[in-house]
Amino acid sequence: MRWLLVALIAATTTISDVLQAAAMKRHGEIRDFRPGALGRVLALLARNKLIVASVAAMTVSFFAFIALLSVADLSFAVPATAASYVLETVLAKYLLKEPVTLGRWAGASLVACGVALLSR
Amino acid sequence: MINSTGQAQAGCPQEWGHGTHECVRHGRKTSFFTFLVVISSVAGNFSLGWGMRQVGRLVTFSPLAYVRAVLNPWVALGISLLILWLFSHMTLLSWADLSYVLPVTSIGYVLSALAGKLFLHEEISHWRWAGILLIVSGVALVARTAPHRSGAPI
Repeated sequence: MRWLLVALIAATTTISDVLQAAAMKRHGEIRDFRPGALGRVLALLARNKLIVASVAAMTVSFFAFIALLSVADLSFAVPATAASYVLETVLAKYLLKEPVTLGRWAGASLVACGVALLSR
Repeated sequence: MINSTGQAQAGCPQEWGHGTHECVRHGRKTSFFTFLVVISSVAGNFSLGWGMRQVGRLVTFSPLAYVRAVLNPWVALGISLLILWLFSHMTLLSWADLSYVLPVTSIGYVLSALAGKLFLHEEISHWRWAGILLIVSGVALVARTAPHRSGAPI
């Protein structure tokens, strides 16, 4: 059951992050942080299909996460959610066309190994 | 940007000069929102973990059980922090690459482990310390690169 929940969390987190990153790349850099301007950005994003889909995936991920927390320790559940890490970096490169340099691959791999050790 | 030693500096795409107003502003903005993403996720996860200890086992498809869980004050606080996380994460992703944001914000895993030790009295084994060291080196490596490389399609 634990690992089923971890798989569900990893899949939905990946979908949510990639959709969110795609939407925000299209939106462009947020530069104005005055409350009125932020409100307008929020209203615009709330109607963005990618953001709506991302939040839906995040909601599934959230309920799977609290279900996992009810049967496992925080120190298992939090690192386990990083299971999506390498897949997300691969998708960032091929789907979002991000320039994933050697430094970023090395950093992401170090973090993934570290997270695997954390869950021991 | 690339400085005289050919090394990339955080916060500056290559076309901006070193120390320009735009470069400094961008660096500060990236640091601030990275901090917000990390703090809201660590505090949010901790709060959810604490709340779910009180709620008890929850492996069911009954919506009522989940509603009951959400009404727990710690779980509700966790959700509020998750909403703060969502907004700061979206803001950061509006100029920074996902392949930059993911590793850099994973310093939160280290802080979560430390919060577990300090507040929940969880044991941190040698393996776990080794994991923490690896994560910190990975974060340091990626944080040195520019959050968004010029020339990448948006």
